[in-house]
Amino acid sequence: MTAFLIPALLLAVSALALVRGVDVYDALLEGGRGGLELVKSILPALVMLLTAVELLRASGAMDALSQLLTPGAKLLGIPPETLPLALIRPLSGSAALAVGAELMTVYGPDSPVGRTAAIMLGSTETTFYTISVYFSAAGIKRSRYAVPAALIADLTGFATAAMTAGWM
Amino acid sequence: MVMSCVWVILLALSLFCGLLYGAGNLEQAAIHGAARAVELSIGLAGSLVLWSGFGTLLERSGLQRGLARLLSPLLGRLFPTARQDPKTMGALCGNVTANLLGLGSAATPLGIAAVKRMQRLSGSDGATDEMCRLIVMNTASIQLLPTTVAALRGQLGSAAPFDILPAVWLSSLLSVGAGLCAAALLRRRWA
Repeated sequence: MTAFLIPALLLAVSALALVRGVDVYDALLEGGRGGLELVKSILPALVMLLTAVELLRASGAMDALSQLLTPGAKLLGIPPETLPLALIRPLSGSAALAVGAELMTVYGPDSPVGRTAAIMLGSTETTFYTISVYFSAAGIKRSRYAVPAALIADLTGFATAAMTAGWM
Repeated sequence: MVMSCVWVILLALSLFCGLLYGAGNLEQAAIHGAARAVELSIGLAGSLVLWSGFGTLLERSGLQRGLARLLSPLLGRLFPTARQDPKTMGALCGNVTANLLGLGSAATPLGIAAVKRMQRLSGSDGATDEMCRLIVMNTASIQLLPTTVAALRGQLGSAAPFDILPAVWLSSLLSVGAGLCAAALLRRRWA
């Protein structure tokens, strides 16, 4: 289904923009340069974090951690292998990307674990980072229930990621 | 600082377990990990450039503004105080639509602008109920096209990188819903 969806979407938006008199190609190129900046900014973080993740795996720490966390994973209904991803996700986007890439490499991107990891990454955000950026910029000192409410949303996202990975 | 602690803990844990289990070549693992990160970044670069270009096109074609206008009545119900002030509402709708369309670099400044105006209107240094709601909508990802994840899947050999779309939508919807319900319940406990 998605085989045609993505190119069709590209065409639809480009054609509409062209009709409205937008210099489509120029917009694509300028936006694309922004994407390159993004690559530049995440590369160093990915290097550090994939180094750490590889060390965790080679040392056996990853397996030990997964085993240790199995009861917690069962409680949430997610595969134990994906729990390290759930733990790091609210803290760091690039760390989550590194752990997710590792899971998809080891288990395969189309395996249940790989799909769960991808859906988790797609349906949650870097919660703590976002809250601190927004509130510190606006001078909010008492965050009240923002953190617990956001974390409940994250936990729900992780649990439903595991469920929907099986259905869809 | 959080990531500095995470980094040290991860390294210490690896070394400890490596010694405990008598693991093989940790040196090679470290070098392999670093090299793989570069491979991965370069593999992702194509998709990131393409979708960033697409994002700019969404902004310039007026589609983002159109969507913001479309969503404004719905968001007005969630943010009755912000609705009184057109500038707050403009920033807020812009933030939500930028998030929906995956325009990360546009979403953050608009979100900050919205929270700043909400703060000025409330005159307090505590988060208002509407700020908490906006936070939940930003921390529970509502992106319609999770392009980075799809790029990662494609790079790692998935047969159909975007076939997780329905699952991501359902999962996002349920998590935003749960976050907003939690906020509604928690606000009674927080004075």
